[in-house]
Amino acid sequence: MNNKIKKQKKRQKIIETGIVIGLVIIFAVILPIVLPGFRLRLLGRILSLSIVALGIDLIWGYTGLLSLGHGIFFALGGYALAMHLKLQIPEGQLPEFFTLYGVKELPGFWHPFYSFPITIVALIVIPGIVAGLLGYLVFRNRIKGVYFSIITQAALLVFFNFFNGQQKLINGTNGLKTDTETIFGMLAGSDSVQKIFYIITVIILVAVYYFCRWLTSGRFGRLLVAIRDDETRVRFSGYNPTGYKVLVFGISGAIAGIAGALYTVQTGIITPKFMEVPFSIEMVIWVAVGGRATLIGAIIGTLLVRLAQTFLSESLPEVWLFFQGALFLIVVTVLPDGIVGWWRTWAWEKLSYMLGLKERIVTYPSLEENPETKQEREQLSDR
Amino acid sequence: MSALIEGLFNGISIGSVLLIAALGLAIVFGLMGVINLAHGELMMLGGYTTYVVQNVFKPWGEPWFSCYILVSIPIAFIVAAIAGIILERGVIRFLYGRPLETLLATWGVSLILRQLVRSVNWLLVICIGVFCLLFFGGMRLLSRRPDWERIRNLVIAILLPMSTAIAVVTGFLLSQIPALTKAWFSARNVDVTAPSWLRGGVKVLSFQMPYARLFIIALTIICLIAVYWFLNRSTWGLRIRAVTQNRAMSSCLGIPTAKVDALTFAIGSGLAGVAGCAVSLLGSVGPNTGQNYIVDTFMVVVVGGVGNLFGTILAALGIGIINYLIGSGTLALMASSVESLKPLVDVLLFFATSSMAKVMVFALIISFLQVKPAGLFPQKGRTAEL
Repeated sequence: MNNKIKKQKKRQKIIETGIVIGLVIIFAVILPIVLPGFRLRLLGRILSLSIVALGIDLIWGYTGLLSLGHGIFFALGGYALAMHLKLQIPEGQLPEFFTLYGVKELPGFWHPFYSFPITIVALIVIPGIVAGLLGYLVFRNRIKGVYFSIITQAALLVFFNFFNGQQKLINGTNGLKTDTETIFGMLAGSDSVQKIFYIITVIILVAVYYFCRWLTSGRFGRLLVAIRDDETRVRFSGYNPTGYKVLVFGISGAIAGIAGALYTVQTGIITPKFMEVPFSIEMVIWVAVGGRATLIGAIIGTLLVRLAQTFLSESLPEVWLFFQGALFLIVVTVLPDGIVGWWRTWAWEKLSYMLGLKERIVTYPSLEENPETKQEREQLSDR
Repeated sequence: MSALIEGLFNGISIGSVLLIAALGLAIVFGLMGVINLAHGELMMLGGYTTYVVQNVFKPWGEPWFSCYILVSIPIAFIVAAIAGIILERGVIRFLYGRPLETLLATWGVSLILRQLVRSVNWLLVICIGVFCLLFFGGMRLLSRRPDWERIRNLVIAILLPMSTAIAVVTGFLLSQIPALTKAWFSARNVDVTAPSWLRGGVKVLSFQMPYARLFIIALTIICLIAVYWFLNRSTWGLRIRAVTQNRAMSSCLGIPTAKVDALTFAIGSGLAGVAGCAVSLLGSVGPNTGQNYIVDTFMVVVVGGVGNLFGTILAALGIGIINYLIGSGTLALMASSVESLKPLVDVLLFFATSSMAKVMVFALIISFLQVKPAGLFPQKGRTAEL
């Protein structure tokens, strides 16, 4: 009996890996050849946004923490990489904007970003630590639910104000331009470098996806779901939810940081605008549209919503806000499980009945389809 | 000394704006556990209502024009309250018990409202009217049929696209008439001119107290007294308090909780409308007016705690005063007179702009929450969350 289940699982795994490899080939090899450079950049940006969506799915879909402040971590990652690019200048010179404000010496916190490896580590670790710290200060006191959401939103606004006001440290409102800088001696805005960035984005997206899968499949993932469903009971069972929540929030922040860095180089600029309130709430709706607690849903949702946004705001800019508002309402009221959830629980079943793939089950489907139950029934009928 | 008094006055005046905006939010949050992200947009509606009322009064000449603001307050209250009722009946009541989803839904509403004031014109109003008439009228008519439960989904599936199509076609046909397609407000900000008796100010010691600010403080106090009276002296206030304390028990005792929810939401939204009216005196009103206040208002609710007006008052005034004292550099100025506080002065000077003051205030709020996680006056008893 166990063999049968194992075989089935193995087959499923092979099919799934095949699909993923196929998708990666389509996205990483075929699309760069087919699409013009401008569209490819757009797609790369959307894919890097879907990395953030994965991080948000981790904390919202699985752990039930609604963060409205993921723009902070996103922008921190972006700033880290942009600072590194800004420092690709002859020794002893300053990035040009400093001279505008009469700054003679490079501020201390810029120095580590001369080195590329440190930058890469920093763009993951700094957002992670900031997220973890904020999470620790909030979760320690058992602040949760709506309170947590509005505190993250306030934190977002605070970071926005801070980055906006510090011309002498980080060029304030104008932000840091990366398109005209060089990376490893090549112009970051050129088509060939952008193509490399795009392929890196695809690879990292797959890597982060599998990382999240691994994270949510084991014991840790079960605990996250338990915290989402009944935190008090988790606490009474002898676990301390605080540590898990801080950890998962930190991981989510780090993922957002990576995404932010990728998004920045493919946009060509980072400004405090990345930390505006609407943008961070938008991130949440991508996950909701795709389906919470389904990692693939986060990616699909981001792709769908961002593509719709691109086409709508190109043709009918006025309609986009109406559409977005309606999207929030519809997803929350009519489609709480998102597209993937709806497909899995409802549409797929219906479709397979119609096509005659599966018998219609009137009782509890989970019980009827359980292989162990089937086995037992067969044994009973044999007797 | 006079600097301190000036700082206190300005702080209180900022705090009173926060308070009047947070009052409605706090009541609704206490009762339903719902944070209304569209609260700022309800304020904006109040501001636009004031603008409309002002334009109506303008041709009537002087003695009437002076008192338009007094008329616009109740009208703003009613307009925002109606919007609130529509919001509650149309969206929020379906999401009861799912506060995070409610948060997102109200954000969707706020986006729609923001775009609505930008592009509202007669055409849009007619289209929406036609749609509502066909859809809800049809639903109402058909719901009298005995087999309503069975055909409900079918009816929605047919009525929704049909009435949408008819509304869109009407829109296209009427779009030829230019008078209908002219936007009412457009995306630009509109200005509300304060009546003459609110211009200028009274001189105290060495600084001016603008009448407009004093008016807002007075308005806030009146609203506070009215809300206090309503919650503590009226039958419906008693019911609201009962539901706030224990929803299940109140429902068992025959309190119509759905009605209480709608009423509370209407009052909360109405207060937002009044706040919008007050805010319109301080600057121009635009589609994004609400966004400037919304996060600060949330912080007031977080610090103030749930279900206690006094906590909200204290939190609003505290945040307002601290915000102003740090942001204007008054605190740095005072500390600079003492030699030993030199490092503190440097830190305070770093934060002495209005946007950096928010950074400092947020840090203070987070450290405050380390001591009192549930706000100034937390709910007590067995129903309180662990």
